[in-house]
Amino acid sequence: MTTMLQDIVVKRNVPTNQYTPKDFKVDIDVRWCAGCGGYSILSQVQRIMPELGIPREKIVFVSGIGCSSRFPYYVNVYGFHSIHGRALAVASGLKIARPDLSVWIATGDGDCMSIGGNHFIHACRRNVDINVLMFNNEVYSLTKGQYSPTSQPGQKTKTSPFGVVDDPFNPASLALGAGATFVARGYDRDPKMLQYLFERAAAHKGISFVEIYANCVIFNDGAFDKYTEKEYRDDTTVWLEDGKPLIFGKNRDKGIILDGFTPVVVSFEDGNYSPNDVIVHNEKDSTLAFILANMTYNPNVPRPIGVFQSIEKPSYEEKVENQIEEVTKKLGEGDINHLMCGEDFWTID
Amino acid sequence: MSKKVEHLDKVTIRFAGDSGDGMQLVGTQFSNTAGTVGNSVNTFPDYPSEIRAPEGTLYGVSAYQIHFGSKKVNTIGDKIDVLVCMNASSLKVNLPNVREKGIIIANTAGFGEKNLKLAKYETNPLDNGSLSKYQLIKINMSEMMKQELADLGISPKAVERTKNIFALGFVYWLFNRPLDLTEKWLKEKFANKPQILEANLRALRAGYNYGATRQEMIVQYNVHHADLPKGTYRNITGNEACAIGLVAAATKAKLPLFLGSYPITPATEILHFISGYKQFGVKVLQAEDEIAGICSAIGASYGGYLAATTTSGPGLSLKVEALGLAVILELPLVVIDVQRAGPSTGLPTKPEQSDLNIAYYGRHGEAPIPIVAASGAADCFAMTIEAARIALKYMTPVILLSDGYMAQGTEPWRIPDMNELPDLTVNFATDPETFKPYRRDPSTLARMWAVPGTPNLEHRIGGLEKEDITGLVSHDPLNHQKMVELRQKKIDGIANDIPLAEVEGEQSGDLLVVAWGSVYGPVKTAFDELREQGHKISYTHLKYIRPFPKNLGDILSRFERIVVPEMNMGQLADLLQSKFLRPVLRINKIQGMPFKAKEIEIKLLELLNNKGDK
Repeated sequence: MTTMLQDIVVKRNVPTNQYTPKDFKVDIDVRWCAGCGGYSILSQVQRIMPELGIPREKIVFVSGIGCSSRFPYYVNVYGFHSIHGRALAVASGLKIARPDLSVWIATGDGDCMSIGGNHFIHACRRNVDINVLMFNNEVYSLTKGQYSPTSQPGQKTKTSPFGVVDDPFNPASLALGAGATFVARGYDRDPKMLQYLFERAAAHKGISFVEIYANCVIFNDGAFDKYTEKEYRDDTTVWLEDGKPLIFGKNRDKGIILDGFTPVVVSFEDGNYSPNDVIVHNEKDSTLAFILANMTYNPNVPRPIGVFQSIEKPSYEEKVENQIEEVTKKLGEGDINHLMCGEDFWTID
Repeated sequence: MSKKVEHLDKVTIRFAGDSGDGMQLVGTQFSNTAGTVGNSVNTFPDYPSEIRAPEGTLYGVSAYQIHFGSKKVNTIGDKIDVLVCMNASSLKVNLPNVREKGIIIANTAGFGEKNLKLAKYETNPLDNGSLSKYQLIKINMSEMMKQELADLGISPKAVERTKNIFALGFVYWLFNRPLDLTEKWLKEKFANKPQILEANLRALRAGYNYGATRQEMIVQYNVHHADLPKGTYRNITGNEACAIGLVAAATKAKLPLFLGSYPITPATEILHFISGYKQFGVKVLQAEDEIAGICSAIGASYGGYLAATTTSGPGLSLKVEALGLAVILELPLVVIDVQRAGPSTGLPTKPEQSDLNIAYYGRHGEAPIPIVAASGAADCFAMTIEAARIALKYMTPVILLSDGYMAQGTEPWRIPDMNELPDLTVNFATDPETFKPYRRDPSTLARMWAVPGTPNLEHRIGGLEKEDITGLVSHDPLNHQKMVELRQKKIDGIANDIPLAEVEGEQSGDLLVVAWGSVYGPVKTAFDELREQGHKISYTHLKYIRPFPKNLGDILSRFERIVVPEMNMGQLADLLQSKFLRPVLRINKIQGMPFKAKEIEIKLLELLNNKGDK
């Protein structure tokens, strides 16, 4: 008997205890360098997958080219390793065709922001319900160490032996500017944080963009130490939590206030400011999200980590289906014979 | 007053005017009416690449040519029998193609001082006797419409816009054609604008009546209906035939249709049409670029859809990397390339057949892709079905080559019954016991198609070389050779599943014409003419280019000489030479214009008269 596509496109949920992380592991060697940030990301993805209540066969990982893009080979779900920069284009077609699937992207700063930049901004704009995990190591690794669109000014790489002269993209600002509805940032060193962000991304309807600082031990080792290592991170980053004030510091003695539209660090020690004066994060406030995202390369403020924005908007594939439904209701289901004949036909007997 | 009626077998009419004069519209109306009364029709719109070039200029002339007859017409007509020119520039541009004693219908309002200057005429050609070789009919259409519509109180601009319909009405009278089809069309188009509708209906009637009551003697012509095979017909452009073909193919495959595409002349209309087919459940993505067009289609194909992308040369260039991906993924995909004159932006609105090389060779690595080529507007439907059939059955991308000529020209299409079309039902893999991503059907060598959502068939595919059968990433040297050979063998094997090539005329002998694509029309016309004159000549038209029909080598070997007329520098000729080790003669036209039948006839006659030419 022939299996029709509609037999496969049935929605079903599974209990969250049906799978364990092991069910999402593949029996092949992971071929990333020892110490690569990718390992942590992979583990956290495999850890949260059983919690999603989605049957394994309904999950698809799509990737482009780069170290991060080997990811689909390492997860025991459907996987599609495409070509450089095109993961979001492939995934958009897949998700529009098959809204029943949970579609994920593993990509890197080169794949997503450089060669795939156009697809990235348009997928954000359309709000296709795809979860984009961008491993940002601020360097091209698979091609062995050239600067990327997120490399920092002055960074020395094989193609910038005297230092990078380009200005980098700020991925969170780019995503927000392009209209992404869920934008977050995390880092490889904190498994719990990544699990939280991935679960949030999975739960969000519409595009979810998670930038993950991922250490490249070979070509850009320690690039994020300042923000990810225990001895610094309390003072160099601020955790964004919905409804909570932006307080940071080892002793939680500093906060961020707005001077006009400019975020400024204040200390609670001298008595001029108290925690009540600082910005309270609101994930639904797009204006605030832009301001917070723009703190990224500002040396005078800590680097924001967490969810910048999470707003609800109808997803693209849903709008496509709704339109088909509306048009079909209005015009009736398409009749192929009528379409072929058109309005002006004649018969020769 | 007596009117003389003459019978004609074939007539070529060209409506020409300014880009904004509505020439495409009246041309389409005339060809629909001619088709409806049973004529054989072939048409071609010819317009500048600017949307509205400056008014009245030579380069802003837009035209629509219709060749219709009581005998089968295969071309748009070499010479113009009736030229309708709305202004001086449109006369100047088209006059060289009007046959002697042909009819020129001129709107005198378009021959004012400014128009003459723009057309670079020193004196008015309508008055200086320079057109004495032709039958000149001068009508001040603008003035007539002004009087006709004086009581309607519509703007002078709206009045001026009805002059094309007046011209159409007059031509309907000239060829004794009914007005009802155009009246019905106007009523639908202007259903919400009663005044504009009234103005246009009056214009149509006024044009018709002007002919009927004109004082000077004019001959009225009659073109009997053609002897076409029984069936239901309509006029169709190649682009619409492709669009409908995709929907019909999806219906026969019992799959939903996905089109990922980016607008590009002259392929855009396929995207337009399919965007209007939402009631068929079709999903369309107007992508951000050509690459996203094809990549989204590949994504949808992965999801179990009949997926397609449509483009023209520059777009095909951009899609090349993704085509290679589709080859190694072995997923079905229909790629429709409506060829235009290149390289680069080239002549974007003009046809050429110069994408055969990129379709055949345009990928890195060993990446064979089947190529089929439609022979004309109506054939675009059948070849779209064929492209989908091959793609689905063999799990491969397929390129269908159309061109700007057949894409926008129309001919009558005998509408097939859905039951006549091949069954395209696919078998998705569902059994975990037998499933391996690259396990192949022994007869077709197509791999299994398992779509996401199928329990226990989770697997990974991608652009990295895969191990035979298991589909695991493999860098093994021998495996790579094996996979390259398997992919090639699969495509070569399609030769067993396509019709044999046929030879018209002698089955062996001196001269065989081999052609592909829209040159069919002029080649067939020239061929028929030469046969009628008693020449021994044969003709094979190819619709399958990769693989070639398996009897093609045998056919070629039966002839002393082979000649290929094509709208390029000899891309098919080169292929035939390299594949069959035969010298191939060429007839090439690379002017952004289709061949004229006469041009081909003359070249073939030269060959026939000089047997030593090899």
